[in-house]
Amino acid sequence: MSVKTSLRASAHRTYTNIVKAEGLCVSFGKVQALTDIDLAIGRNEIVGLIGDNGAGKSTLIKALTGVVRPSSGRLYIRDELVDLGRYSVRRAHALRFETVYQEKSLGEKQPLWRNFFVGRQIVNRLGFINVREQRRIANEILQSHLGFRSLGIDANSTVSNLSGGERQGIAIGRAMHFDADLLVLDEPTTALAIKEVRKVLDFVRWIKESGRAAIYIEHNLAHVHALADRLVVLDRGRIVADIRPMEMDLEELARFLISLQHPHSGIAA
Amino acid sequence: MSDTRVKSAGPASPRAIPPLLTGGKLEGLPIILVFFALIGLFVAFAPRVFLRWPIYDSFLVTIPPLLILSLGLTLVIAAGEIDLSFPAVIQFSGFLFAFCSLHLGAPWLGLLAALGGGALVGLVNGILVAVVGVPSIIITIGTSFFWSGVATVLCGGLSYALSDLENTPIDNIFAGTFLFVPAEAWWALGIAVLAWFVLNRHRFGEHLLFIGDSQTVAGVLGINVARERIKLFTLMGAIAGFASFLLTIQNLNYFATQGQGTLLSALAGVFIGGSSVFGGSATIVGSVFGALIIGMLDAGIVATGVAGFWVEVIVGLVFIVAVVLHIGIENPARLKQLRRRFFARE
Repeated sequence: MSVKTSLRASAHRTYTNIVKAEGLCVSFGKVQALTDIDLAIGRNEIVGLIGDNGAGKSTLIKALTGVVRPSSGRLYIRDELVDLGRYSVRRAHALRFETVYQEKSLGEKQPLWRNFFVGRQIVNRLGFINVREQRRIANEILQSHLGFRSLGIDANSTVSNLSGGERQGIAIGRAMHFDADLLVLDEPTTALAIKEVRKVLDFVRWIKESGRAAIYIEHNLAHVHALADRLVVLDRGRIVADIRPMEMDLEELARFLISLQHPHSGIAA
Repeated sequence: MSDTRVKSAGPASPRAIPPLLTGGKLEGLPIILVFFALIGLFVAFAPRVFLRWPIYDSFLVTIPPLLILSLGLTLVIAAGEIDLSFPAVIQFSGFLFAFCSLHLGAPWLGLLAALGGGALVGLVNGILVAVVGVPSIIITIGTSFFWSGVATVLCGGLSYALSDLENTPIDNIFAGTFLFVPAEAWWALGIAVLAWFVLNRHRFGEHLLFIGDSQTVAGVLGINVARERIKLFTLMGAIAGFASFLLTIQNLNYFATQGQGTLLSALAGVFIGGSSVFGGSATIVGSVFGALIIGMLDAGIVATGVAGFWVEVIVGLVFIVAVVLHIGIENPARLKQLRRRFFARE
């Protein structure tokens, strides 16, 4: 209960940045995945994260959402310093951070009522799950947010039977239900049909309109360029550019990204 | 939400999986049918044995330790892991119990020691798997040798006669008779009910299922994968410790090689029951009936007059057919997955 009340309080308090990293480094053994990341995301800002494969985009969002522990640096959430030693996915959830991955955030063989609540189940004092309540809420989300019930999908459906777009819908519905202040979208449109892509893009617009913030990883430059307030470019674990889309059109952006790939060979423009 | 109810009362949608009872489908139904068909066969071929109570009474004494092992293994399999060290726990924990009973005169302390010793073995397994990162199928072979060896060294290869415990409270509670049924059977039933609720209704069970599904996903979803796996192996060790205690007290004897032969039978019970060989889905009801079938086949086949040599052939056939059928019925895509696993490496 105390967590909840403190959450309410923090939600009403004003803050400039929902999340801010200072000198954040992540290393896996000897491999330095992220070096000296300084990044701040405003309370109602959509930040597009772009860069080549292996540039560290996924690692960065994992560090911000508690999946991966940074080796050094500082992290502020709602302008308050976070104890990195205690920061975890659970903590990030409690701070109302939600992540939408297409492939990597749903248990394949598990029913939707488990997938919506796993990691923060509705339980009694002994840790037993209130299945009836979880099913009821899951069905509600499916019906009200997603309109999925008409497709024969209900709380007992397993994820393995859903299409890519439906999975994405489930992950989005989950994020909406938990009323996040920061949404992290990791390549949400990969392998989706055009109609489904449009739904995801509408969702990103909804994030902006409803006063929330988002970090948006996307390979399709046209999508991020159109939707993001700011584009952060990562290359080999470092932030190499921070661009406002109005200042650079899509073509210039693409040229800039290509130039990053050949910085030493003299091919760069 | 009224249409929710209408929906679930109708024919189960093909996309829905049955929890315990959905759309009239019972968990583990195929294996329950096989179980009763088997009893029917035994009754038909050996009516003099199978139409009278004593054979069932002896099943209810001999099967519970095996069944309890299968229950623990079901949780392990659900998480996509395996534990091959439980026969060693049966040796080790049995020794601890026998030693405390005989030399310290403290059988209840012995029970605690058996549970604690099993949990210790499991804890070591869990740390080696979850923290060091050795696959469980490999490391539990090693720990199996180790603890089995420790037990042999400690008991000096001797057996311990525990006949002094006969008709003491601990004997009556765990190996007596209650309501005409052997106490072991009640304990097995109780653990089965508990295991069902842990796997299907508890946060811990849900975490095991998600870990079995994919460890990466489980981590992203906020499950502490390492901690849950350590807990899992520790629990399995304690369960094996209890099975060992039960085996020792019902025989009133500890011998250094006890537990050998349970390895394949207990695992067979789980897989015949229908738990996924890939992890992520498991059925306690299935494991109960799977273990009952494995436990009955031996006596049943002999009683029907088929030579005892055939028992293992038949068990092997039942196992293979059951596992293939479960894969095929539940999800045809899994057969493809299995095919890829075995042929893609060539």
